Amino acid sequence: MLDDKITSETFWEGVWENNPVFVMLLGMCPVLAVTNSTINALAMGLATLFVLLSSSLLVSLIRNWIPKQTRIAIYIIIIATFVTVVDYVIQAISLDLYNALGAFIQLIVANCMILGRAEAYASKVPPVKSLVNALGMGVGFTIALLCLGSVREILGSGTLLGFDLFGEHYQQWVVMILPPGGFFVLGGWLLLFEWLRQRKEQEES
Amino acid sequence: MEPTGLDFIFFNAFLASNFVLALFLGLCPFLGVSGKLETAFPMGIATMVVMLISSVCAYFINQILVSYDIEYLRLISYIAVIASSVQLVEMTLKKFTPGLFRSLGIFLPLITTNCAILGLALFQTFKEYNFLQSLVYALGAGAGFTLAILLMAGMRERMDLARLPSVTQGAALSLMIGGLLSLSFMGFAGLGS
Repeated sequence: MLDDKITSETFWEGVWENNPVFVMLLGMCPVLAVTNSTINALAMGLATLFVLLSSSLLVSLIRNWIPKQTRIAIYIIIIATFVTVVDYVIQAISLDLYNALGAFIQLIVANCMILGRAEAYASKVPPVKSLVNALGMGVGFTIALLCLGSVREILGSGTLLGFDLFGEHYQQWVVMILPPGGFFVLGGWLLLFEWLRQRKEQEES
Repeated sequence: MEPTGLDFIFFNAFLASNFVLALFLGLCPFLGVSGKLETAFPMGIATMVVMLISSVCAYFINQILVSYDIEYLRLISYIAVIASSVQLVEMTLKKFTPGLFRSLGIFLPLITTNCAILGLALFQTFKEYNFLQSLVYALGAGAGFTLAILLMAGMRERMDLARLPSVTQGAALSLMIGGLLSLSFMGFAGLGS
């Protein structure tokens, strides 16, 4: 199955069919923790995308020299290096954002999606293909974060990207930007997708 | 400045800012291993042991890194320490309780990518806890993780017997239960910071 040809499937697999958040349920911690506003979600998505791209590329480039026994340790060190880079870059660009995301930038290391991609994909295919696939996965992850972040921000503070949507009489649904809201909104999205899937199956049969 | 008494640190990590339900750390095992009570409990204890070991190691490593002025290596050295202490727990379990070792299976090595443990090491560094405080913090966080995963497992065992609409089966249901648990833990928020 893992041949060297690049098809559109290589990219779209991560965005839709095997979406890391909605389908595979990987990397949940940042998904729930930093999505209390859209801008945080976007920054987290892009940071993860960068780490995913660069670690996939590097792992794929050196895949033939990695001894089998120590591969996990090597992947983790590679990922940790790129995360350190992202950590310092975000700190340099915007200190506000850095404080809002807190330890979760450094915790990208423990995102099982990235390690999973390195182990299951990047170590088996040539660089370009693993790069395309990582791009798809990263985009899928970012979209999922945005789905959660925008819903939680709209419901919880009545704004989107900081712009007021409903005027001053809007009663804020505060629980949505607190921790329980993260569980509820993600659960809600999963329910929606499951419902759509079942309805499609019924129509087909 | 938050209070730094040992009892406060313990209860803050245990209940008020519970690692799983308030800080969203360690969700993968929380959703993955919470199907049965008999595997959830050893998983909680194993995580707690790894937390204690890596917290002690992280404390001394941070001292060394700070004294040589090379803090940018912090992340890499922490994750290496965690990976090796997971290996240690794994070997110990395999030697003394092979049955338990088999029942935990793949989830044991996955403790390495449990962000609760790395999060603990990072938080204790950011909060500048001393040695004893870090130890108590790790104990509280581990106990909090065990409590959360036990509550979740208990509820999911009950759910197996309930009749549910077909849409809600699987992860969506676990997330909703997690949300309710998290909501009830917010009641402890007044205790902490």
